[in-house]
Amino acid sequence: MSQPLAVKTENLGRIYKIRNNRKEKQRELLALENVNLEIREGELFGLLGPNGAGKTTLIKILTTLLSPTSGQAWVAGFDVTKQPAEVRKRINMVSGGETSGYGLLTVRENLWMFAQFYGIPSPEANRRIQKLAEIVGIADRLNTKSSDLSTGLRQKMNIIRGFLTDPEVLFLDEPTLGLDVGASRDVRSFIRRWMDENPHRTLLLTTHYMVEAEELCDRVAIINQGRVLACDTPARLKQNLRHEIFFQVWVIAPRLLDDYSFLQIPGVKHFHQFPEEDSLRLEITLEEEAVLSEVINEFAAQSARILRLEKREPTLEDVFVQLVGQRMEEVENVTVSAN
Amino acid sequence: MSLFPPIEKKRSGWQLFLMTVVGRSYPRVVGMQRERSWMFFDVFLPLLSVAAYVFVYRAIGAPEDYVGFVVVGGAMTAFWMNVLWSMSSQLYWEKEQGNLALYIISPAPMMAILLGMAVGGLFATLLRAIAIIAVGSLIFNVTYAVSSFWQLIAVFSLSMIALYGLGMMSASIFLLLSREAWHLANLAMEPVYLVSGMYFPVKNLGFWAAAAASVIPLTLGLDAMRQLVFASGPTLGFLRVETEIGILIILSIVFVTAARYLLAYIERLAVREGRLTENRR
Repeated sequence: MSQPLAVKTENLGRIYKIRNNRKEKQRELLALENVNLEIREGELFGLLGPNGAGKTTLIKILTTLLSPTSGQAWVAGFDVTKQPAEVRKRINMVSGGETSGYGLLTVRENLWMFAQFYGIPSPEANRRIQKLAEIVGIADRLNTKSSDLSTGLRQKMNIIRGFLTDPEVLFLDEPTLGLDVGASRDVRSFIRRWMDENPHRTLLLTTHYMVEAEELCDRVAIINQGRVLACDTPARLKQNLRHEIFFQVWVIAPRLLDDYSFLQIPGVKHFHQFPEEDSLRLEITLEEEAVLSEVINEFAAQSARILRLEKREPTLEDVFVQLVGQRMEEVENVTVSAN
Repeated sequence: MSLFPPIEKKRSGWQLFLMTVVGRSYPRVVGMQRERSWMFFDVFLPLLSVAAYVFVYRAIGAPEDYVGFVVVGGAMTAFWMNVLWSMSSQLYWEKEQGNLALYIISPAPMMAILLGMAVGGLFATLLRAIAIIAVGSLIFNVTYAVSSFWQLIAVFSLSMIALYGLGMMSASIFLLLSREAWHLANLAMEPVYLVSGMYFPVKNLGFWAAAAASVIPLTLGLDAMRQLVFASGPTLGFLRVETEIGILIILSIVFVTAARYLLAYIERLAVREGRLTENRR
């Protein structure tokens, strides 16, 4: 028997009407187009895409904060536009870089306040706050004013706020944004434990960190420019790339390499270079391993000296490159400069 | 043993409404008293403008009850400031802080959130108003002659319901206006001091101007309170206290009802236009 659906969208779309100032004519911005998703109960589902891809817009629609301009969406079986009150009883949301709550209140008081909005009686709210704070490692900060917390600690408080109400469907929008490596790891392990404990919990995570999506998610949808380009398990998404060979190379070169010369070599599918402190890091995708010798010859021709060469397994970043033709950070840079 | 046990029973209906009011009022009831600087900014500074009017009235030989009028007016100013800056523009600030989205996605009724803000603001401001009256009365030697405690309590309560109802109503409008709200709040501050007769009997504005100013609940509330606590109050009053109570009841019903419907309308509009989340996201 198939599992019930926690989230379903049908041809979901959203167009924003924007205008920078009163004199300017209103223009339309397509944020989501024809999104069809089915997320099963118990799934940890990832939405992976660059900034501006439409991930947050989708979350806003599913959490009843924004109405779609076309299509429909259901959360926990309820229509988000027609039955928002039913949806709200069953969800919660945490966003990265959130500054919610009141700085004059302590962590415990802020969390207690939000628990009241979900009808959790004070004794139970306080017990849960204590327990969750111990799990995420901020029990010693419960009586600290939230304005005195560091970014990492503040995000841990936000994470507790989201999990405190034991939602059926939890939305995490870039939950590790701006966190250091250690804090991100803590958050990820906390999410996994919460999911593993109850098969009826569903979590929708948006991220632009590939590692996060790969490590946590049962299934991933790759989204760009408002469209879902692919949706499957990370393993199956990467399986489509099994005929390609991925190399990571570090070279010392007098200048940036000429991409065009490399892409002219038959069998070279992708070539990206990233300047690092003392060297250049190259991401190269080949159709077959035999092409490598020609690539090495081209290094010599461009006076580049190889420091290290690694063959690696495909990642979700490679899946993204295959689908979009650009790396995620390149897409983000284009979006930033267009804005 | 489960690390994340399910919640036994979440409250709903009127219990959730009440819990939300208590929860949202908490930051104002408890949090706002933590910064002791409020005694200086919210009590000492308002007393300076009260003092200015007291000295003017004494210099021109106005009746001594005018000094009391000014002290009571100074205390009521605190409520107007609170309604303007901590009620009307609050939903906008909550949006910018990221709280509004969390309120909306929770099962808590938005009316309960607004009511919580109002109750919390009222409590915090009441402390400040009492302090202003106590200190002002001591310094300027004000004598009170209360004619009816019950009417006084009724007038004060109705004024507060109507005033905070007005605040709840304008909170929705300000949410729609976004950054313009700050200018609007600035614009509304000084004129209201004038037309509501904060520092003088509103009767002096003339009947029609005073009648128009009565839309602001402070105008009639203040006028009725002055009539009830000062010996010369009734002779300087605008309308009879009973009439003013009747109008305040109507204003309370109108503002609170309008707040409810306006909030629901603005929420629908904001969801349609995507205005419920902070600008930076």
